[in-house]
Amino acid sequence: MSDATVNTVSGHAEPDFSTKAIWRTFWILLIITLIELGLAILYYETHFLPKHFLNGLFIIGTLAKAFFIIAEFMHLRHEAKSLIMTLVFPSLLFIWFLIAFLWDGNSYRELRNRYDSHHVEQSKTPVGKKPGVE
Amino acid sequence: MAQAVPAGQKIWSGGKSPYNVEYGKLMMWFFLMSDAFTFGAFLISYGTIRFSSNSWPNPNEVFRSFPIIGEMHIPLAFVSLMTFILIMSSVTMVLAVAAGHKNDRKGVVKWMFWTIIGGLAFLSCQAWEWTNLYHEGAWWGRIPTGVGSHFLNEDGTMPTTNFSNFFFTITGFHGFHVFSGVIINIIMLIKAWKGDFDKRGHYLMIEKAGLYWHFVDLVWVFVFTCFYLL
Repeated sequence: MSDATVNTVSGHAEPDFSTKAIWRTFWILLIITLIELGLAILYYETHFLPKHFLNGLFIIGTLAKAFFIIAEFMHLRHEAKSLIMTLVFPSLLFIWFLIAFLWDGNSYRELRNRYDSHHVEQSKTPVGKKPGVE
Repeated sequence: MAQAVPAGQKIWSGGKSPYNVEYGKLMMWFFLMSDAFTFGAFLISYGTIRFSSNSWPNPNEVFRSFPIIGEMHIPLAFVSLMTFILIMSSVTMVLAVAAGHKNDRKGVVKWMFWTIIGGLAFLSCQAWEWTNLYHEGAWWGRIPTGVGSHFLNEDGTMPTTNFSNFFFTITGFHGFHVFSGVIINIIMLIKAWKGDFDKRGHYLMIEKAGLYWHFVDLVWVFVFTCFYLL
């Protein structure tokens, strides 16, 4: 970064925000969002590609967008490494958080489907039909 | 063995600032971390309930209305517009921060103004969407269950109010963040307008407001994926 200005409070040199980088990030975010939408609509219209595969793509796209917002818009990529690590390490808890809770939810669903026949009947009968009548 | 720190010496006496950011900015980052966990808890509890359900309403069916035009054949059109508005207002916010770095008061005022407009546009869209869903019969504790209702589960079975409860709670909590972000931005605009930051010699307050505003955009990215795409 050639055009460094001195931050008057902390007294250290900080790279300026480049307008070019801002707009580049904007286009990246917009294109990822449009691709996600395109896939969602395509799935809705034609049901091509399995939904689980698309969900994987949506999650990757979301994480990519999150990365660009945090790194560029929130400027974290240009901060001190110790600050980045202080924020990244606690965030890793989300990995456990997600796995543990989603696993738990799924296990509850399986248990209920195995042991609660009333719930199975209720939740598998289409609206407008009487339970038990095929 | 614990060692007493001599008077006048910092505990972490490495000779330089370990985080290299101003105090307020560091605290804003820590606040945003805690807020991220709050939103994370909301979204993960939504995921847990969804994983524990045999079927779930199809977002492409639920969110298919557009103001004035009414029922569109393109699903998710309105929410894409909302996403675009929020990304756009994030861009104008960074441009305000960039102008603040150059101590360019006029630039800050201009870009803060557009950021506020973007925030208000997003809130208006959300107000319309909520009103529309309310009139269709969805609200906290309520979901339309009649034959042919587009709120039915994907396999045509009876939906539970879990869907509407989580939708209104999480988008409401996010909308409240957008609302408070707009208020913060208005205060920043007034202070920049009055020249308070010129007197102070720096525009770091704009950066802190900017961090909050980008965080709101960041949360929307996850809300958008969880409610509309998955």
